[in-house]
Amino acid sequence: MSVASILEGKEICICAGAGGVGKTTTSAAIAVGMARRGLKVAVLTIDPARRLANSLGLPELGNEERQIEIDAPGELWAMMLDAKSTFDEIVAKHAPDAATRDAVLSNRIYKELSTAVAGSQEYMAMEKLHELHEEKRFDLLVLDTPPSRNALDFLDAPDRLSRFIDSRALHFFLAPSRTGLKLFSRGTGVLFSVLKRVTGVDLLKDLSDFFASFGDMAQGFRERAKAVKRLLADDRTAFLLITSPAHEAIAEAEFFRDKIEEAGMPFGGVIVNRMHVEEPDGDEDLGSLDPELAEKVAANFRDFHALAERDRRNVEELTSDMGDRPLIVVPYLDEDIHDLDGIEAINEYLFAASYTGAE
Amino acid sequence: MGKTTVALALGLAAARQGLRTIVCEVAHQERFSRLMGREGVGYEETEIAENLNAISLDQQHTLEEWVTYQLPSKTLAGLLYRNGIFQHLTSAAPGIKELVTIGKIWELAQLHRKSKDARPYDFVVVDSPATGHGLGMLRAPRTFGDVARVGPIRHQADRIHDFIVSDKTGVLAVALPEEMPVNETLEYAEDLEQFRGPIDSVVVNGLYPARFTEAEIESLNGHTGPAVRAAVTEYCRYRSQVEELERLREGVPDAPFASLPFLFAPELGLDEVTELSHELEEQLA
Repeated sequence: MSVASILEGKEICICAGAGGVGKTTTSAAIAVGMARRGLKVAVLTIDPARRLANSLGLPELGNEERQIEIDAPGELWAMMLDAKSTFDEIVAKHAPDAATRDAVLSNRIYKELSTAVAGSQEYMAMEKLHELHEEKRFDLLVLDTPPSRNALDFLDAPDRLSRFIDSRALHFFLAPSRTGLKLFSRGTGVLFSVLKRVTGVDLLKDLSDFFASFGDMAQGFRERAKAVKRLLADDRTAFLLITSPAHEAIAEAEFFRDKIEEAGMPFGGVIVNRMHVEEPDGDEDLGSLDPELAEKVAANFRDFHALAERDRRNVEELTSDMGDRPLIVVPYLDEDIHDLDGIEAINEYLFAASYTGAE
Repeated sequence: MGKTTVALALGLAAARQGLRTIVCEVAHQERFSRLMGREGVGYEETEIAENLNAISLDQQHTLEEWVTYQLPSKTLAGLLYRNGIFQHLTSAAPGIKELVTIGKIWELAQLHRKSKDARPYDFVVVDSPATGHGLGMLRAPRTFGDVARVGPIRHQADRIHDFIVSDKTGVLAVALPEEMPVNETLEYAEDLEQFRGPIDSVVVNGLYPARFTEAEIESLNGHTGPAVRAAVTEYCRYRSQVEELERLREGVPDAPFASLPFLFAPELGLDEVTELSHELEEQLA
């Protein structure tokens, strides 16, 4: 099985999985491999750490896509999404007029929330993915999903954000209006006093302003959220799960696969990274070695064997659970993968005509 | 990186020294419980070993509890919590998860616990989210304090923030001895320095044993077979790990440093984590 055949006819590839399983490197490798096959590919990350840049051998990446020179018939582009800039762009796009746009962009709560690292990233990733897809400038978009606590957060991120902005109940409650708060006029006195206790009256006023200025854009956000959802469920999208051969990571990958399939989203396959592979049998010739060294070599081999055994068992179990879904194994390579050369090395496995270490 | 394993090992070491300790996971994945080979502990402070408790935070419980603390009566809290508006607002508001999570961690560390009948802890170990997200969690009180400007949220956020930046809190980075994790750790140390000062200690996890000398590997030249290849592989990985470990050390020269061995055990369990906890205790003492 090859990534190329999984991604045949796909325009979006979403790489997901637990933290520390090589998601970013795999995303970069897939993008490189598909560019080699003649496609114009962009790989996107929202990782605030510079992993993607690192894996492509770059000092850093910005919010603008940038072309990476590789020797390939296609093109390779990469970008690191900056939540704040993406958010600002979207506001500018959805705002009905310049005054609304400026009101939102200068709103204190907006400024704080859009710069805070946590929370808004998943949403931004989906948003940017949708935008780039609409622009049709690339044949394939590869998304390295954030190392989220809950790997599923990003699936309903657009929904959540549009709900937040479009909280009609809240509008009623806070009665936002350009002329100020009308909190008491709606007979919500008790609830208000409770909320006031929690937040303080100033914050309530700020929140009200925030929702008042955002309110005009709610419709735009709601429609976008729907469009993103459709895109995720579209046949042109494929979810790839990345895992290590460790029991824990595999369990998470299987949980994730269920969720993707339950949500009606197209599951592409699973990639098992860094598998300890059994050394192929061969004639052992330790006879002439110093006995002490020979024993060390043997002990080391026993340890390696145990690891390979464990990985083999775990991957076998995964393979049977996956049924006929594609599964690709990348062995633990001797070199540390952190540049284009390393990517070439793992692509021999990702894009092999047929290879499964489990066999 | 093995954050969960190191967090549990640290908890075990502290508990052995007689400190009443709790290990706290924020992702509601019950990883500690699985490592200990037991049922999940959930949102209950549960003793999992002598002197050692565990709790698994999830957003709903944490948020509900947080609201309760803000209000004078349970009835009011229930009213607010059950009210759709509040649920709505908080479930979607960016950053609120991080805020209530760090708020609960802070609560666990207080001498006078807010939780009813709860006893204080001497030491709270948190298995934090990965670098960027972890820092986001530490910054959440500052962010929300700034949003609120004045009032009860500001007041509370300030207290939590002050605690995080005080010397009662320490940040321990866990890294693998490989190029990308080392870069990430160095970057994290820089960001952390700007936020609250230098990193407090660094633990390198999964270091291959120094089994062979260069001369021994050279003497394998001419020999063939899977065991010989495995020996060469081990040596190559070990060498590249040592280089990365050195680079990390040079990057954070002042931080106390510990390195934990790569364990060849098929799956980690209590025995392995206990072994690691002794290593940590010795090296970070």
